[in-house]
Amino acid sequence: MSDDKHPEEQILQEGDPNTTGHVWDGIKEFDNPMPRWWLWTFYGCIVWAVIYTVLYPAWPLVNGATAGLLGYSTRAEVAEEIATFDAVNDPLRVQLESTELADVSSDAELHNFAVQGGGAIFRTWCAQCHGSGAAGAVGYPNLLDDDWLWGGTLDDIHYTISHGIRNEEDLNAHYSQMTAFDEILSDEEIDAVVAYVRNISGQEADATLASTGETVYLDNCASCHLDDGTGDRFIGAPNLTDAIWLYGGDEAALEQTVRYARFGVMPSWQNRLSESEIRSVAIYVHSLGGGE
Amino acid sequence: MLDYLKLLILGVIVVCAAIAANYARDMAYMVHAILVMLTAGGLFLWQLRRTDEPVAAEVLETQYMDGPVRAAAIATAFWGVVGFLAGTFIAFQLAFPQLNFEWAQGYLNFGRLRPLHTSAVIFAFGGSGLLAASFYIVQRTCAARLWGGNLAWFVFWGYQFFIVLAATGYLMGSTQGQEYAEPEWYVDLWLTIVWVAFLGVYLGTLLKRKEPHIYVANWFLLSFIVTVAMLHLVNNMSVPVSIFGSRSVQVMSGVQNAMTQWWYGHNAVGFFLTAGFLGMMYYFIPKQAERPVYSYKLSIIHFWALIFLYIWAGPHHLHYTALPDWASTLGMVFSVVLWMPSWGGMINGLMTLSGAWDKLRTDPILRMMVTSVAFYGMSTFEGPMMSIRAVNSLSHYTDWTIGHVHSGALGWNGLVTFGMLYYLFPKLWGRASLYSLRLVSWHYWLATIGIVLYAASMWVTGIMEGLMWREVDAQGFLVNSFADTVAAKFPMYVVRGLGGVMFLSGSLIMAYNLWMTVRRGPVAEATAPAAAPAE
Repeated sequence: MSDDKHPEEQILQEGDPNTTGHVWDGIKEFDNPMPRWWLWTFYGCIVWAVIYTVLYPAWPLVNGATAGLLGYSTRAEVAEEIATFDAVNDPLRVQLESTELADVSSDAELHNFAVQGGGAIFRTWCAQCHGSGAAGAVGYPNLLDDDWLWGGTLDDIHYTISHGIRNEEDLNAHYSQMTAFDEILSDEEIDAVVAYVRNISGQEADATLASTGETVYLDNCASCHLDDGTGDRFIGAPNLTDAIWLYGGDEAALEQTVRYARFGVMPSWQNRLSESEIRSVAIYVHSLGGGE
Repeated sequence: MLDYLKLLILGVIVVCAAIAANYARDMAYMVHAILVMLTAGGLFLWQLRRTDEPVAAEVLETQYMDGPVRAAAIATAFWGVVGFLAGTFIAFQLAFPQLNFEWAQGYLNFGRLRPLHTSAVIFAFGGSGLLAASFYIVQRTCAARLWGGNLAWFVFWGYQFFIVLAATGYLMGSTQGQEYAEPEWYVDLWLTIVWVAFLGVYLGTLLKRKEPHIYVANWFLLSFIVTVAMLHLVNNMSVPVSIFGSRSVQVMSGVQNAMTQWWYGHNAVGFFLTAGFLGMMYYFIPKQAERPVYSYKLSIIHFWALIFLYIWAGPHHLHYTALPDWASTLGMVFSVVLWMPSWGGMINGLMTLSGAWDKLRTDPILRMMVTSVAFYGMSTFEGPMMSIRAVNSLSHYTDWTIGHVHSGALGWNGLVTFGMLYYLFPKLWGRASLYSLRLVSWHYWLATIGIVLYAASMWVTGIMEGLMWREVDAQGFLVNSFADTVAAKFPMYVVRGLGGVMFLSGSLIMAYNLWMTVRRGPVAEATAPAAAPAE
């Protein structure tokens, strides 16, 4: 009877070890011993585990846990590493805070410390907006060129990093607000002023439209961007005559800017970074190529 | 009488779901309430048409109940393709962020699709595969029909409904933010009901077995069912913000929550993806190889060692965090001791082929199963190694972890499940053989090369980004920005995506092959399998 019910019962080969005698749906089991290497490696791991838990913090007790014979702790390990670098860097930090920014470059060691440290801080805190290479993005200024909205001297950069731009957290932040001309100028006037701005920045534009735009510009825009369009760093009004555009210099972007204005915000860092860190970043950014 | 009771219950569910949909506080909850209402309403009509009709002939207690196994096997293949497709797509989303389409923001961006992918492969593909394996194996090795009549059907459809609720919830932003336990409270409650029914069917069948002993595959499958129930209940302890909304608040917070989460997360790997699939392996490899299991002693020792040790290893997911050092040490130590118990399964799987190694040349299904065991061995060595604190300080949060998970999931879980499906389909549909063994070979090579591309590219990016993150200059300043490490990974992300494409293509070939096996496969001589003991 079992024959026709279990046609799939496994057939043993010559030389096979004994089975346990159980059969399930045709499956049998050999009575082989556990491989010795397997067993001894398993024992070895257990012994290692016991020794390791004696050496390192491991077993929970009623209050706290066993500390381990080596007195190891992950936090102490980090603290030690930080202390090593602090011991080297602290004197330089103190020196950086007490040196005039302009004088740092005359001390090669100090300057190197500031640029390396500033670079690391930049890549941690500033790269999210300005890019890890500081080349910026639409709406976030490129810091490699020599075009500066709020000034490019060491002191200017230091001020901008310390207080930020148009944020609400720092009363000393740079602040200015372009007017949104959407309901002030007619559509024709907006088209004309866009053509004029393209014209003075050396881009292709309709000449007649641009000459109409000049009047619109002088009446509405020149008070901040100046008559010649070179802008005013005191109020962060960009230079409109160069090829550098924060939000784009094509017609669509310029029209968007004229109609609805822009409001770029940068956080204040004085409460997030230490004075020496801000100085480092300022020196780093200044050293990228465009510093004045 | 029972029919009237069912009608009453279904009617009450329809009304309650309608009320819930009306008062819903968020979209996911409303859509789910409507889904429940429509499903219960459909069942109500179906039940109504059957009520007071003549009862169909009694089922033969001597015959196996293979309907739910067939359904689960189909679901496994279907969810596999869906899950691999989602995975391949999000792999390319990481390489090419433009694939996070503007028009699909909030639905098809990476953050929404990622849990959809993980749940689709682990719980939908893997879970349906384990349902099929459990129901098939427990009947054959107990020589008994599934206990509980149509309860097995409830388990199958209930589980599929859970998958639909979970997946649609993710896309609508319903998540409790616990990795691999994302579904919200009402989905968790539903899964609990289904899982208890699953346990009932399984235990009931074991209890009425006609074999004197319980086969090793059943130890693993039972430990999988019981432990997953425990993990699910503890890690999902949460208080709903409103009974009419999907949001909930976890009972535990901070490091306690993190520890519970990774106790859950690690044992989801241990008991869902390891113990459950070892159960699968212990039946289908001896069957396909037609050779006895290598060592009974080894199976006992490695089973109990694995079950005992796995449950303590979770803290290795939280090295160098707010977790106290002692817990971190224990997690690491238990993980390393777990190495050999894990390898016990590999040895028993591989050595079962002794006397049958020649079959690897001719049988691509067996080759698939054996390769899966090899990947199992590799990732259960890699896992303990990565749990060592010093290694983890390099590997943690990097793509190395992703590569590790995928060599296990694609290599071990994927290939052994494919092997099972190739074994099961001809058996379940009364076919003498598969439609095409050549296509199995194609699937094998596509999948294997795909896994190698995936794992190797993730090793490279993982170790590279780990080294880049920790690189400091002589004064202790970080050398790289995070964005630099992302940019550096791009080429390997493309390679990973291509690995995914290969794995997905293989699974499509499998789906076609299985479909054609059912449609056109050579018919086997009709012998209804009987539920009778061997001796």
